[in-house]
Amino acid sequence: MLNIMSLKKKKAEGGGEGGPKKPKTTAAQIRLQKDLGELDKLPSTMTMSFPDPNDVFNFQLTIRPDEGFYKGGIFRFTFKVNTNYPHEPPKVLCTQKIYHPNIDLEGNVCLNILREDWKPVLNISAVMVGLQYLFLEPNADDPLNKEAAEVLRSNRRLFEQNVTRTMRGGSVEGVSYADVTR
Amino acid sequence: MSENMPVQSNGGVADLEGRWRDIYTYLERPGPLANDGFEPGDQVKEFLHTLKILVIGAGGLGCELLKDLALMGFTDIHVIDMDTIDISNLNRQFLFRASDVGKPKAEVAANFVMKRVPGVKITPYFGKIQDKDEEYYNQFTIIICGLDSVEARRWINATVITMFDEEDPETFKPIIDGGTEGFKGQSRIILPRMSACYECSLDMQTKPTTYPMCTIANTPRLPEHCIEWASVLEWAKEFPDKKLDGDDPEHIKWLLDKASARAKEFNITGVTYTLTQGVVKNIIPAIASTNAIVAASCANEAFKIATNCATAMNNYMMYVGDQGVYTYTFELQKKEDCPVCGGKAIKVEINPAHTLEDLMDLLMDRKDIQLKKPSLRTGTKSLYMRAPRMLEEATRPNLGKQIRELMEDGEEVTVTDETLPISIQMTVRFTE
Repeated sequence: MLNIMSLKKKKAEGGGEGGPKKPKTTAAQIRLQKDLGELDKLPSTMTMSFPDPNDVFNFQLTIRPDEGFYKGGIFRFTFKVNTNYPHEPPKVLCTQKIYHPNIDLEGNVCLNILREDWKPVLNISAVMVGLQYLFLEPNADDPLNKEAAEVLRSNRRLFEQNVTRTMRGGSVEGVSYADVTR
Repeated sequence: MSENMPVQSNGGVADLEGRWRDIYTYLERPGPLANDGFEPGDQVKEFLHTLKILVIGAGGLGCELLKDLALMGFTDIHVIDMDTIDISNLNRQFLFRASDVGKPKAEVAANFVMKRVPGVKITPYFGKIQDKDEEYYNQFTIIICGLDSVEARRWINATVITMFDEEDPETFKPIIDGGTEGFKGQSRIILPRMSACYECSLDMQTKPTTYPMCTIANTPRLPEHCIEWASVLEWAKEFPDKKLDGDDPEHIKWLLDKASARAKEFNITGVTYTLTQGVVKNIIPAIASTNAIVAASCANEAFKIATNCATAMNNYMMYVGDQGVYTYTFELQKKEDCPVCGGKAIKVEINPAHTLEDLMDLLMDRKDIQLKKPSLRTGTKSLYMRAPRMLEEATRPNLGKQIRELMEDGEEVTVTDETLPISIQMTVRFTE
């Protein structure tokens, strides 16, 4: 068993140097470095970019779906990770105004693992895969854009047309969307 | 303790002959529960009275802790807290009076206990734990935490563990961590690199209640849904550049109005100012008796660790007080791949005129750590990141740069590798 008093005595008898050290890396940083370092085999549909390579807490993700309704679009997201990662999930926003049942016009994303189902064992890669999945299988049951979800549920043909039109910057029901083909 | 009770002047210890009689009962004779290394006598008494102990937090747990420690024979206590006293604290944070509202908790608590318990010196610091560096934390023998956030606990845990240098026993600081939430509480002991640390058991923390985004956006059923809608979606829309402050009454009022209107629309009742603030700040009512029990456990463990007069708890105690009184003690396991205490600490010496690539080669040659594809970062800089591709491209030019351009002598570098479950903390020393 540990004896604090004897530890102190040993010190008094000499031994032990080591001056002040530099500020330490936070646990969140270490974990994030590990998460990112493992992203060496990104699917061809995804690219990441770092406005400041020294700041790994803020980065962007681009998704180019190669099948499904959203094929041909280029969708951009910002990731903000805070120092409480992985206790808290990263904050993810879509930077474009897009027509999607699970993404609202402000860019908020309804993805369970970004909120209520986040767990510290999940990582950046899991979130990226989750986002890509939303483009392959938009989910009408958990809508954030209710109108889009309603169309998807009732008339898939029309939904497909709406998606194709809005991706090129067209509008649906008076709302104009961002051109995501460039 | 009433305000009118006579308070003894700081008359020194002499007029309080026998004040430690009960404490000394444990320290003057061997006992069946004492640790193997326990040596009763004057030396251990002296040690108890002179060691420096740090209390982090002067709130619900902190007030109890300061009182407990002062009455137990710890006489050199430091306390750190960034908060000022709020009127809602007064029901349980008994070192504060109505006239103290608005003053720093650490200072008021320190003065109160010093006035009440002669001979005790309490040094307050009104500020954030992050303001202080290793030199500050290194002066203490034991650190006790009565904190209210996961974030602060992770910070102090990582700081205290990474400052432990196995060649210097003086840098070994046991952490005793108390926590309460309503009728539930816990206390635990963290022995740096010997037992599970806070980060090892991060997975078991419950996270604040959150509701699915789509529910709050479209199908609210609870008053909380309406408040979340206002604070998560509407606030960002209305004030994209302003951070929501749960302590700002104007902010809460704005949310309340928004949430109330929405509640009305969906026939939901129960949106109030208190609930709005509660949801935004994730408030759980604090119970005075839970604080007293958890703080007592922490102070008890501090006494045992300091004196060795009994075996300390191994290493986690949970207390559940909402259905009777239940406690359970068990050992949290150390996690081999814990990012804070599971990693390896190594020292590397290199000529600063050499390149980062040379340093990487040096690392890969080491037989004790099997690195294949290391990524390296300092606290603020990406030295070389193996992936993702864009980071690799951005950091590749660093490989040819001299070490001295990239870091200072003694810099701490974090090394991760996808073939390695742990991370490595490397101290780089210049040979010049």
